[in-house]
Amino acid sequence: MARAVSTRKTVVVTIFAWIVALIIFFPILYTIITSFKSETEAIQGFSLIPSGTVESYGAVQAQSNYFKFFLNSVVLSLGSTFLALLISVPAAWSMAFSPTAKTKDILMWMLSTKMMPAVAVLVPIYLIFRDFGLLDSRIGLTVMLTMINLPIVIWMLYTYFREIPGEILEAARMDGASLWGEIFYVLTPMAVPGIASTMLLNIILAWNEAFWTIRLTTTNAAPLTAFIASFSSPQGLFWAKLSAASTLAIAPILIMGWFSQKQLVRGLTFGAVK
Amino acid sequence: MATQNTKALARWMMAPSVGLLLIWMIVPLAMTLWFSFQNYNLLNPGNVSFAGLFNYQYFYTDPAFFQSIWNTMVLVVGVLLITVIGGIALGLLLDQPMFGQGIVRIMIISPFFVMPPVAALVWKNMIMHPGYGVFADISRALGLQPVDWFAQYPLFSIIIIVAWQWLPFATLILLTALQSLDGEQKEAAEMDGANFVNRFIYLTLPHLARSITVVILIQTIFLLGVYAEILVTTNGGPGYASTNLPFLIYRTALLGYDVGGASAGGIIAVILANIVAFFLMRAVGKNLDR
Repeated sequence: MARAVSTRKTVVVTIFAWIVALIIFFPILYTIITSFKSETEAIQGFSLIPSGTVESYGAVQAQSNYFKFFLNSVVLSLGSTFLALLISVPAAWSMAFSPTAKTKDILMWMLSTKMMPAVAVLVPIYLIFRDFGLLDSRIGLTVMLTMINLPIVIWMLYTYFREIPGEILEAARMDGASLWGEIFYVLTPMAVPGIASTMLLNIILAWNEAFWTIRLTTTNAAPLTAFIASFSSPQGLFWAKLSAASTLAIAPILIMGWFSQKQLVRGLTFGAVK
Repeated sequence: MATQNTKALARWMMAPSVGLLLIWMIVPLAMTLWFSFQNYNLLNPGNVSFAGLFNYQYFYTDPAFFQSIWNTMVLVVGVLLITVIGGIALGLLLDQPMFGQGIVRIMIISPFFVMPPVAALVWKNMIMHPGYGVFADISRALGLQPVDWFAQYPLFSIIIIVAWQWLPFATLILLTALQSLDGEQKEAAEMDGANFVNRFIYLTLPHLARSITVVILIQTIFLLGVYAEILVTTNGGPGYASTNLPFLIYRTALLGYDVGGASAGGIIAVILANIVAFFLMRAVGKNLDR
């Protein structure tokens, strides 16, 4: 009897949850559907069944060289992530394994740099970039994205490294492992999952960053955020093309995001919620 | 001896990140502060002079300034209300056993991974467009007049879009917190005859308090800087109806070429963000001690 009630409750919960989830997911779903419609179909009123044409995808590439923007997004997000990891792995490592009295203050200070509103430094950054010829350059923007995500990367790595038990090092040392042996055979394998999730989250953040990427680029270094933003002009009325461009822009990150749900909570709350 | 070596090594390992962040924080901020006291227009770069507090006065007496501060607050508070209440509700929902939970979860968190320009344009063109949007289709099906969302309720429309983007974040964090709630406590409360409402008020809500604080603070930091969503939908208008502080500063700086004025606005934005940051740091710092 109790079992029957709980099964019925599960069915009710399931139906309700699926309705809510479909409503929330609807804008994304509808974008994907519309991307497979022709332009005339797209404005013919509500329809969930597209004709299945891929002409919009072809048109986006032909008209605006979509691939170039895509490539810029890839270069910027991977480049800035790699650079950020290069700088922060040693820092997080030393803070986690040989903390000093000042470690906590340094961490808090690093976090505080993330609180600085981007607009507050828009003018100086713009002028510095202009004077050094970095406007609309991949290098300039990579450095920019590295810097704005650096505190999050350090924090995330720190919270992962801190969970590696120190005793295991002692055990390795007792067994006669050298310092480098310790690092390569004991610590690195344990740190890899943490580094991987940090990398994933940072790629997502860099890919979706939409202030500096729009303001500091025009054409050469412009990633997908800037490309899509340009659709706000009248050409944005071509909805099937807008949908195709949008679908391509969000698909890789959406899939990565699905895999990193758990790490996301940790990374974005600076370890305050696990 | 070994510890001495390790300590020196540790310092060297930290040097690059500390140094870079230090430069990153001090140089632009010092420049903004300096510019905020200068008459400096990019259209007339040869003619830079000391302005005293004129830029602040100018920014302060601009009627757009108060409207933008007000809009910033409405935007932040509106999105927070929707996402926190919605996040608790969705968290409670996802915490129940159901079929296909993994897929439901994936669908609900997806909006968070959509880049802001895409989210804003999809909502603007395909959902809220007065002629061809889904909302208009629904209105017509019900025999109502379609609403021109961005013309009539510009700020509200932006709140809806931004809330849609941040709802998954709140949901995910509050769900994580809910899942760490002790099952035995829940059972004990149930056995004692506490109904759902009482269990929620006296057991669940206190348990969630800390996570709710974290959600509010982190979202506030990001919501104070909402920019792309406004740029691609209303462009701040009509008039200044949907201009927030970041957007006003952007307009002053890159459309008005007024470096001094924009810098004064930037300093005001820093002060506002610091008030929020102060509380966030305390919440995060407390966790670090445990």
